[in-house]
Formats: sequence, structure tokens, C-alpha cells
Amino acid sequence: MILDVNSIRLLATALVMGVGALGPALAIGWIGSKSVDAIGRNPEASSKVQTMAILAIAFAEAVAIYALVVALIIKFVG
Amino acid sequence: MLTISLSAEKIFHIGSWPVTNAVLLAFIVLVVLSVLAVTLKKKLAPVPGMLQNVTEMLIEGALGLMDSVLGNRKTSERYLPIVFTIFLFVLFSNWFGLVPGVGSVMVGHGADAVPLLRSPASDLNFTLALALIAVTMINFFGVVAMGFKERLSVFFNFASPLKFFVGILELISEFARIISFTFRLFGNVFAGEVLLAIMALLVPYLVPLPFMFLEIFVGFIQAFIFGMLTLVFVALAVTPHEGEEAGH
Repeated sequence: MILDVNSIRLLATALVMGVGALGPALAIGWIGSKSVDAIGRNPEASSKVQTMAILAIAFAEAVAIYALVVALIIKFVG
Repeated sequence: MLTISLSAEKIFHIGSWPVTNAVLLAFIVLVVLSVLAVTLKKKLAPVPGMLQNVTEMLIEGALGLMDSVLGNRKTSERYLPIVFTIFLFVLFSNWFGLVPGVGSVMVGHGADAVPLLRSPASDLNFTLALALIAVTMINFFGVVAMGFKERLSVFFNFASPLKFFVGILELISEFARIISFTFRLFGNVFAGEVLLAIMALLVPYLVPLPFMFLEIFVGFIQAFIFGMLTLVFVALAVTPHEGEEAGH
């Protein structure tokens, strides 16, 4: 395996995206699970819980997006 | 061959100012939204036609959603312009970026052919500008609603070391909001573009279809998120602090 810049680049891209998607995936799963619980307990508050859940999921997803942006920059820039 | 460029490509110059393909499509979106708005205003009638009907439904829905965050209809109507405009602008930008021809119709010759149009939010400048506008308006509304001193005391509070520390954290989180607004929208749209380009490169028939649906959905969700977050931060900025806790 020749360790030149381009190989390291490819490796880094894959690693950034792979590791960076772990946290958000878990987070979104947890948020979804808790929201469904909450709606099940109290169907009347459904729309409030929904709005809150969408917001929280977007925040969690943003972290995955940061990782994606870093991966894209590593791969395609420079 | 696939060419993915992180920055939007320049297509022509006005004087000494370069105009990029993202700016061009953003301008087209601007014109379309303006024409829509002027047409609606001109054709305002007590018995609504279809366009007015749909618009009224949308605005009622938006006001209802804002009511649940802000509390009353009056504040919702006060902040509807900025929030709904951001939502509409980002939504139309994202959806116009999916129209066939955007990203594929090229200008220029041979090696330096660049797309004529490109999704505006895939340009970091666009999202950064929107984020700066949103955060500026949030602080502006905070000052208008609470007064300059009160707003400043959120960030620079010398009452106690703890409050000072919290103030500094608030200041840092204000800047973090700008960064996160910018990169959330940019990341989603740029990644979507790259995804669509690669899918079309790999399997041109049928397979890009679910990804197009995904991009339509993501475009809507990101516009919604941008608007909602602006709304939530405005609500936080204009709500007076729950007074000093009894028992201190």
C-alpha cells in the first residue's frame, strides 16, 4: 500500500463520513423513540411534540452534515 | 466526466463584479417570487380566486404554527414577514435547483464549460448571507422588543461571575448559530447535488428517481427548519427573562 497524499485523502474521506454519521444516527433514533413515546402517552400534545421532534432531529442531522461537508472538502478541494 | 466544484462558478461579469450561476438562479427565484407577490396584491378580491385561496391557506397555516411558538396572533403577524420570507426564498431556491436543466445546461466551450444555473443554496455565500440576515434580525427584534440595554445585558451581565460566564456563553452561541445555520443548509443542498450527480453518473435510468424525491423532501424540510429556527430564536430573544428566582 503506497501511502501518498491521494490514498490518505480517500481514507480520510471515508473515515470522516463513517465515524461522523454514528453520533447523529443514534441521536435521531433516540429522539424519534422518545417522541413516539410522548405522543403515545399524550396524543393531545401530538402537534407540539411533533414540532419539537422535527427541530431536534434537524439539529442532530446538522452534525452529520458538518461531517459530510468536511469529507467533501477533503475529497474535492485542493 | 463529473466535475464537482465546491464554489459556484462565475459565468459573466457586470462591470468588475463576477456573477456566478448560483446568483443567477437566486435572481430568477427573486423575480418569480416578486411577480407572484405583485400579482396576488393586484388581484386581491373578496371572493378569492385559486391563487389567493392557496396563498391564504398557506399563510393561515404558517400563522397557526407561529402562534403555537409565540403565543398570540399579534406577535405572529409581526414576525411573519421575516420568517415566511426566509422560508419561501429557501424553499423556492431549493426546488428550482431541482428543475431539469439546472446543473446540466452549460455555457462556455470545451474544458471550461460550466453549468449556467446552480442551486443557490449550494453556494456557501448564499447560506452565509441568509444566516447573517437571520441572526441580525433576531438581535434587531430583541432590541426593538426589549430595549438596547436589556438585549446587551443578555451577553454582558456583570451582576455576578456566574451570570458573566453565562453571558459569554450566550455570545459564543450566537456565533455558533450563524455557523450552524450556514452549514446546515449548505451541507444538505450541496450534498444533495453531489448525490444526484453521482447517481445520474452511475445509473442514469430510474435509479435517480427516489433520490429526486429525497431532494424535494430535503429541500422542503431545510426551508422549514431555517424558518422555524429563526422563529424560535426570535421568540427567545423577545421573551423577557423569567425574573430573578425567588430564594436567591
